[in-house]
Amino acid sequence: MQIANSITAKLTHSFTPHHLEVHNESHKHNVPPNSESHFRVVLVAECFVQQKLLQRHRAVNTVLANELANGVHALSLHLYTPAEWSERQSAPASPDCLGG
Amino acid sequence: MDAEASVEDQIRQQIRNNPVLLYMKGSPDAPQCGFSAQAVQVLVACNRPFSYVDVLSHPEVRASLPGIASWPTFPQLWVEGELVGGSDIIVEMYQNGELQPMIEAASEDADEGD
Repeated sequence: MQIANSITAKLTHSFTPHHLEVHNESHKHNVPPNSESHFRVVLVAECFVQQKLLQRHRAVNTVLANELANGVHALSLHLYTPAEWSERQSAPASPDCLGG
Repeated sequence: MDAEASVEDQIRQQIRNNPVLLYMKGSPDAPQCGFSAQAVQVLVACNRPFSYVDVLSHPEVRASLPGIASWPTFPQLWVEGELVGGSDIIVEMYQNGELQPMIEAASEDADEGD
């Protein structure tokens, strides 16, 4: 849970989210039990207004650079403004692993 | 020229010369990662030709591109020399209807350049 907790703490601190989900999806992949290698994050924040998708992703990647450099192999990000989130209320699921 | 500089030159040349370019794990016919498979599926749905580089067969590209792109993961879609994003962004833009016109414009520009 260490990395999941640190992802949650950093995102909470940096983005003051309206909504945040951090899912460890490592068990769906070809990695040892209890790994923290594959994450899916749903983050809804006011600061994404006026930001294109690429900028939103870059902002999150920057905050989580340390995790990405140390064991987090896949980070699926679903980043919305509060208005976008109130329209959709859910984020797409991750695709199935194909081994890579 | 040292080896690292030549890999970077090679990558920059790929990005310059291919209007729609996907860096992925595996090939479009046999993707080796779910996220790469999803990116291919969306590009195929756009119905325009695209180029790809398999980063599993080119470990030097896999090692160097994240630094060059300031983007940590694969796949990466590049259109007309600009990073569009990874599979989450590609899928989202396809669903919003933003991706198809971008890909169509890029392949039309490429045709005119021939």
